[in-house]
Amino acid sequence: MAQYAILIYAHDSAHRLDATPEDTATSDAHAEELTSSGALVMAYALTPRDMATSIRADAITDGPFIDSKEVIAGFYVIEAPDLDAAIAIARTNPVVGDGGGVEIRPVHGGGFVQRDSGPGRAGG
Amino acid sequence: MTEVEAALADAHRREWARVLAATVRVARDLDLAEECVQDAYAAAMTAWDRSGVPDNPAAWLTTAAKRRAIDAIRRNAALRSRLPLLVVDDEEEPVHPEERAVEKLSETVPDERLRLIFVCCHPALAQEAQAALTLRLVCGLPVPDIARAFLVTEPTMAARITRAKKKIATTRIPYRVPCPADVPERLRAVLAVIHLLFTAGHTAPSGAALVRADLVDRAMHLARMLCDLMPGDTEARGLLALLLVTDARRATRVDADGRLLRLKDQDRSRWNRAALAEADAMIVSSLRAAPPGRYVLQAAIASLYAEAPAYDQTDWPQLVALYDRLLQVWPSPVVALNRAVPLSMVAGPEAALAEVERLEGDERLSGYQYLPAIKADLLSRLGRPAEAAAAYRQAFDLAANEAERAFLAGQFAG
Repeated sequence: MAQYAILIYAHDSAHRLDATPEDTATSDAHAEELTSSGALVMAYALTPRDMATSIRADAITDGPFIDSKEVIAGFYVIEAPDLDAAIAIARTNPVVGDGGGVEIRPVHGGGFVQRDSGPGRAGG
Repeated sequence: MTEVEAALADAHRREWARVLAATVRVARDLDLAEECVQDAYAAAMTAWDRSGVPDNPAAWLTTAAKRRAIDAIRRNAALRSRLPLLVVDDEEEPVHPEERAVEKLSETVPDERLRLIFVCCHPALAQEAQAALTLRLVCGLPVPDIARAFLVTEPTMAARITRAKKKIATTRIPYRVPCPADVPERLRAVLAVIHLLFTAGHTAPSGAALVRADLVDRAMHLARMLCDLMPGDTEARGLLALLLVTDARRATRVDADGRLLRLKDQDRSRWNRAALAEADAMIVSSLRAAPPGRYVLQAAIASLYAEAPAYDQTDWPQLVALYDRLLQVWPSPVVALNRAVPLSMVAGPEAALAEVERLEGDERLSGYQYLPAIKADLLSRLGRPAEAAAAYRQAFDLAANEAERAFLAGQFAG
């Protein structure tokens, strides 16, 4: 088994701070699917592009790092035996049929950092 | 050439893919497998000289290469544990690789070439890397030859191949024939690579000679191999038929001085009739077996052009109909452009010119030299020589192949 990161590219993230459960229903359902299949290792939904701040040596700017039609709306890590299996899982992401797409990258290393308290939550 | 040398050359051309494919599964590393197969061919020279050419050279070479792989794995177990190994399905892995390798002497060698082909043409690799890997691993072509074929330097090609191999290992592209549901999509990539190799050889993108025979031969060999390995696939047969028909005209595409001849000026009596007949049989059976795909239809079109006893006796209406069907399965602007040629014979050059002018707006065709070339021909048939000359000039500026440039220069100068 190997771990693959899947980066979600969409026009924007549906996860606004005031998003209703209906707004995020599609991605929630997909996350649920991946969880029950046992493939999902971890997942993060990001806030929309308006919330992004980019930092370079000479400037701090408003917006995503790369100005393009799609932004990274979220990312997750799955476990799969090989690339073909990972592709089969990744292409079931609803964004693929909705004008966006996903990128698969094998994970080299990493994971959660052991700390005394759990990770903080934005706005929480 | 001695008998052994000839047998070895033959085994290299015919059996390289089979020997390498079987060795890869034991080595689980493409570089190691390649090295072992190369060593096995070198060892065969001495061994066959001494005790004669074996009945089954592929089995001999496979056993020798696998043994080398097993030895190397033992010697370098520590180093190997740090390398990403090729993903090979567990149930197929030999339990005692050494015993299996010996057994194979008497057994027929299992055919694992399909796995090798599908790994080389995996869509996660760039198409130029797929083509280079296929030539290296499936055809056994040396890197310098591949570099020459793609008009890049040897270090550039070596780096491209190394990068592709690294991606296969790191991302865990499995050494496996894809599941049946994925085969059609994955096969499209394989067919596209074979077609690309053929096209690159048939109209060398630049340079003096119009045809680079080695690439054409490799592509034909690959197309035949694929038909053998996937006998039920009509598109594989369609591609082979397309290559056969196109190649049947090889000898007549240029005149004695290397100048390009148009289809209507080619000597049809010199076309390879055996190849055309073989292709025709494949096209007829493929058209019958299933709704025809892109390659079957392209082959049918090429075959219909070749079938006519003379250019002006070509079945133009039938060609337009075949192009219409091809556009449905493969809506490519190049196909729409080529359709303008038979259309001009059915509906007149004016109607065809209108179609070509419509296609000029398609930016995918900007820079495509055959668009102004076809336009020029239509304009000169319409009695508009000045505009025709300008269009030929435009085609000339876009063409990189010397034979094609000489032809086009003759058109606007003359």
